[in-house]
Amino acid sequence: MAEILSLHDAVARYVEDGATVAMEGFTHLIPFAAGHEVIRQGKRDLTLIRMTPDLVYDQLIGAGCAKKVIFSWGGNPGVGSLHRLRDAVEKGWPHKVEILEHSHAAMACAFEAGAAGLPLAVLRGYVGSELPNVNDQIKFIECPFTGERLAAVPSVRPDVSIVHAQKADRAGNVLVEGIVGVQKEAVLAATHSIVTVEEIVDDLDTHTNACVIPGWAIDAIAVAEQGSLPSYAHGYYPRNNRFYKEWDTIARDRDAFTQWIEENVMNAGETA
Amino acid sequence: MSSVEKSLDYTAGEMMTVTAARALENGTTCFVGIGLPSEAANLARLTHAPDVVLIYESGTLQTRPEVLPLSIGDGELCETALTTVSVPEMFRYWLQGGKINVGFLGTAQIDRYCNLNTTLIGDYTAPKVRLPGGGGAPEIATNAGEVFITLKHSKRAFVDQVDFITTLGFGRDGKGRDGVPNIGKGPTRVITDLCVMKPDPETKELVVVSLHPGVTAEQVQEATGWEIRFAETLENTPEPSARELEVLRALKERTAQAHAGQ
Repeated sequence: MAEILSLHDAVARYVEDGATVAMEGFTHLIPFAAGHEVIRQGKRDLTLIRMTPDLVYDQLIGAGCAKKVIFSWGGNPGVGSLHRLRDAVEKGWPHKVEILEHSHAAMACAFEAGAAGLPLAVLRGYVGSELPNVNDQIKFIECPFTGERLAAVPSVRPDVSIVHAQKADRAGNVLVEGIVGVQKEAVLAATHSIVTVEEIVDDLDTHTNACVIPGWAIDAIAVAEQGSLPSYAHGYYPRNNRFYKEWDTIARDRDAFTQWIEENVMNAGETA
Repeated sequence: MSSVEKSLDYTAGEMMTVTAARALENGTTCFVGIGLPSEAANLARLTHAPDVVLIYESGTLQTRPEVLPLSIGDGELCETALTTVSVPEMFRYWLQGGKINVGFLGTAQIDRYCNLNTTLIGDYTAPKVRLPGGGGAPEIATNAGEVFITLKHSKRAFVDQVDFITTLGFGRDGKGRDGVPNIGKGPTRVITDLCVMKPDPETKELVVVSLHPGVTAEQVQEATGWEIRFAETLENTPEPSARELEVLRALKERTAQAHAGQ
């Protein structure tokens, strides 16, 4: 049964140093407020999982929270590179960060397998790609029925998954609308889960086939109004494209980055 | 209205987009990459191929955006889609399930056997330039019926050997798909701002089959990092029509306006 907590308390309770953490969101509903809370609480040595790490992962990496990043596309969408990720991988600032690279199809299948309680995901993937040469978590197996060679990757089973959604009701049932990405799979694959929401309502006021994650499958709900800005929340507010472009300049420079984190995360309180 | 085609003014980029758009037939189901492929696929939808089905990896099925998305997960793609599915469903049912006719991709590097690199420039453990990575491309390229590729022509992009095969064309020897069951035909055409190339049916090496108006074979060779082959009967790519240019410019204008000030 989901417990309604403050964002501070939810992160303090479920995100431990050294944990494997998935903060999902496929361009949409990215849990920025939660990521900032993780930075404020100074969490360390996290293994960060996400199909499309973008600005919030750049911020977590630059702030020194990450030990390793598992991903399939790492960039600033429509803009360019993640400069903090590159600085950490290439030059070890603020410390060395290890990367493990997959394709989208493999990660999507791995999340799904995690949600299904399986140890691995099987897919017709990585044919002819050199990614298996640099990622020892990609193996090939033979189909016991047809003999076809198929790719296998370990399922994603995060210690904690954090996602953002539009709203929850008072029982902690969550409605996700628009591009739903792998948010549901991330929650179901994890040992613990935190869902931040724009608002808590008396009635989800939805239809029968909507993407609803039941409250009993979630550990904590925390209200984070505008919690996915500068990404967007379908039906609530649009993406702040200008900030995505500005981030390119901020993140290129270590000092500018540090100052930005200080002003906008460390000293901004839970609303950042 | 005589000889309109000679009097039209267009850029090499417009020539590329229009040619890429024309490659998509009406009714095709297309898994669309962001950037140049997305521009071409939407131009096709707004001109000769109103029933082309556009699918993006964010899970948006049969989408009809008014303006081009800045990124793969723009709200515009979802709002104008027939339906939006989860990302696992997108890759498992729709792509791996064999429902996609054409995968339309861009790339940072390509070699003579159409292998694509979007991972890095240099050595994997000490890259000169770290690129975003594979994303959906590795499986789009093998699970779609065939693959179209569009990118600007330059020596930096058209290299003798890609630094890393993120996404299979035909492998480093052209034989990478031989005997592999249940995969698509692979790349069938590459469209640039200078020309159109197709793989040789036997060796799978890229061959220039068509030059855009005013482009010489020397220019193509100059922008290619290996000794590129030309077809014996080299064609001239047809010029864009006035309508195609008008629709493309209106699309780009709407897109610029929509994204300005955000």
